[in-house]
Amino acid sequence: MHSPDQSSQQRASRRKDLARQFCRILPTDSVLYHEDELRPYECDGLSAYRRVPLIALLPETIPQVQETLRLCRKLRLPVVTRGAGTGLSGGAVPHEDGVLLSLTKFNRILQVDVANMCARVQPGVRNLAISEAARPHGLYYAPDPSSQIACSIGGNVAENAGGVHCLKYGLTVHNLLEVTLVTIDGEVLTIGSGGLDSPGYDLLALLTGSEGMLGVVVEVLVKLLPVPERAQVVLAAYDRIEQAGNAVAELIAAGILPAGLEMMDNPAIRAAEDFVHAGYPTQAAAILLCEVDGTNAEVSEEILRVRRLLLASGASEVRTARDEAQRQRFWAGRKSAFPAVGRISPDYYCMDGTIPRKHLGQVLREIGRMSEEFGLRVANVFHAGDGNLHPLILYDANKPNELEQAEQLGGKILELCVQVGGTITGEHGVGLEKINQMCVQFPPAELETFHAVKAVFDPETLLNPGKAIPTLARCAEFGAMHVHGGKLPFPELERF
Amino acid sequence: MTTDTDLSERLQEQVRQAAAAGSALYLHGGRSKEFYGRPCAGKPLDVSGHRGILSYEPTELVITARGGTPVAEIEQALAEKGQMLPFDPPHFATDSTLGGAVAAGLAGPRRPWGGAPRDLLLGVKMLDGQGRILRFGGQVMKNVAGYDISRLMAGAMGTLGILLELSLKVLPRASREATLVFEIDPPRGLQLVRNLAKRPLPITGAAHHGDHLYLRLAGSDEVLAGHRTAIGGEFSEKGDRFWSRLRDHRLPFFDDPRPLWRLSVPPATPHPIIDGPTVLDWAGAQRWCKTEAPTKELRAAVSACGGHAVLFRHGDRSGEVFPALAPGLGKLHQGLKRVFDPHGIINPGRLYADW
Repeated sequence: MHSPDQSSQQRASRRKDLARQFCRILPTDSVLYHEDELRPYECDGLSAYRRVPLIALLPETIPQVQETLRLCRKLRLPVVTRGAGTGLSGGAVPHEDGVLLSLTKFNRILQVDVANMCARVQPGVRNLAISEAARPHGLYYAPDPSSQIACSIGGNVAENAGGVHCLKYGLTVHNLLEVTLVTIDGEVLTIGSGGLDSPGYDLLALLTGSEGMLGVVVEVLVKLLPVPERAQVVLAAYDRIEQAGNAVAELIAAGILPAGLEMMDNPAIRAAEDFVHAGYPTQAAAILLCEVDGTNAEVSEEILRVRRLLLASGASEVRTARDEAQRQRFWAGRKSAFPAVGRISPDYYCMDGTIPRKHLGQVLREIGRMSEEFGLRVANVFHAGDGNLHPLILYDANKPNELEQAEQLGGKILELCVQVGGTITGEHGVGLEKINQMCVQFPPAELETFHAVKAVFDPETLLNPGKAIPTLARCAEFGAMHVHGGKLPFPELERF
Repeated sequence: MTTDTDLSERLQEQVRQAAAAGSALYLHGGRSKEFYGRPCAGKPLDVSGHRGILSYEPTELVITARGGTPVAEIEQALAEKGQMLPFDPPHFATDSTLGGAVAAGLAGPRRPWGGAPRDLLLGVKMLDGQGRILRFGGQVMKNVAGYDISRLMAGAMGTLGILLELSLKVLPRASREATLVFEIDPPRGLQLVRNLAKRPLPITGAAHHGDHLYLRLAGSDEVLAGHRTAIGGEFSEKGDRFWSRLRDHRLPFFDDPRPLWRLSVPPATPHPIIDGPTVLDWAGAQRWCKTEAPTKELRAAVSACGGHAVLFRHGDRSGEVFPALAPGLGKLHQGLKRVFDPHGIINPGRLYADW
């Protein structure tokens, strides 16, 4: 056994040695290897998981990324690629014996191609910056994850990020034309094209949402859409959550395709109202926000239909935003729901299940029951249009066991989503966080297939190892743990 | 006529036997796209008997059906509820199947706004080349658990396995659509379309054929009349017929024994890319071209524009009808093929000659 001092000395000398090697292919200031320089990279948006990498590298050019990956392959060094670090599933948590590859220096918008309605950008460009660059041309990039001010497009590709407009405008996978990928061998591949398709298998779809496990995305060509002439939002309040769920079904059945369709339950409404004073009815069991967009004439017609339907659906109140300012205020409540919940609880844990919409009432009731059982409050926000549920579990990390309790409750909620025919993650990714629940969602043959697909791209499992897809051994262990009523054997063991 | 039959066990047995014997299978549904892709020498395996809609709830905007279900049956079920398959699948014959439509990956004129099969595919239950039945994706619209294997099946021409069940996102059909026609030559027509595409108009089709540009818009009569005033053109009563004939290649343009090329290009690519009669669809992103130009020359010209050319119909189909993949991509394709079909028995050569 080494003493802690010895091993930390060994680690420091290993770092120095690696830094020397990487400094041959990268500018000196692109190689970080002192503990204090590495600390900022220890976690992503899910701060419960932390690890300090062996070394962090910040290449600036594609050839530098190629050289870096070649050297990592040669040295058998695990590589975790990181964008803005806003992910919510621990996908960018470093490997402690590996390289943290940060693409923040790839921060340029290379071209806004107005004629072809697309933009070529580097992966470190922020999601919102693309729309800002396109707006003078009347265009924008549609996917708008809530972190769009900060999150990078490279990370969006890795997670197949969504947002509040997915029902009508799709996820990241629907809004990409081409990515440039560097493989673990250092080879540059162009996947997709400036047209609407490309020959062979749809590798673009396979890469989107692959959580940095198949390659490193170094350039992205995204689709741009015309900015709608007008958007209008209606707020409806309900005394019972089921009524709100039924109203969603009725809107869809009536052939309305809202640009955004969001639901919040009472705890979420109250937290948001306290925070931003959006004018939400705080007594309501649930509110719906339904936005339609398009040309002026279309929106005028559609908003009337929406209003009529919502009034007929048993809403206690239906309000149409009078002007753009009120529309922004209605949305401000929804968009600030997470930080608003952050104000009423020392910590919160955000889940990301998707369910067939028809089971919403049942799932929310069951979440309510589990919330009581665990003694932890839960606020729910729901992308009602596409069935993506974000229960926010309120806890206090300073109280003994509360984090573990919150994680267990979260795990149960995800398993419930699978039971009703849904999925454990709609848009946040599996990362480290939901890797156990993958065992619930997929049988062994499918998991083996995932590993085999990864091996085609990364035979030595160097890219983001231990994330997204659990080993069969781990699932066997997780299955066995389940039998023991959720009490983890060997709590001292590291699990990833 | 049996409309709901589960043949998955029988198909599984047939695949297992073929895998054990190392004998190739040629999958087909309604044979409506047999002309497309490369010929396959395998023993025909008819999957069209495995059919039936398994679930369809209009308010969930999702339909799940067996691969052999006729597209027409699906479309009828959707139409009854005012919905549609947004990718607008071509009907090259009356008996095309859902599995075939997704496997071929083709989409109709609605594609730039409605998406391709890969955009709508939410999940599959598939039978791979080892006879394993696997499920990927699901029946919900947002799902990022595991790699997106289901979308990989769209356009794979059946080379990765048999699509036993497919779940697709469906959308409401516009209550009314109308077609505006403009008399205009192709280069100026393309210019006009590109300018209109940049505006927030409810466009659902934009094609140039002969001396006319066809523009389909969705909306109420009032909305449509407003757009007509703003952008010009004349409403055509024959609009619906034009779009379905373009989609299904029943316009006289397509009745021709010469090689028909499909050019997939960045939409604003100037016309013409190469000499020969051309129909422009997808607001410029898909062009149908009849040309006698040598294949090499044609492929080079299209590739220089950032697109690719597929020998869609007729011509020499023994060579490569799809463009060659870059070496690194070719290696990945063959690796993926081996994951799903290690014995190389499912549709060998249907996509590329070597595998």
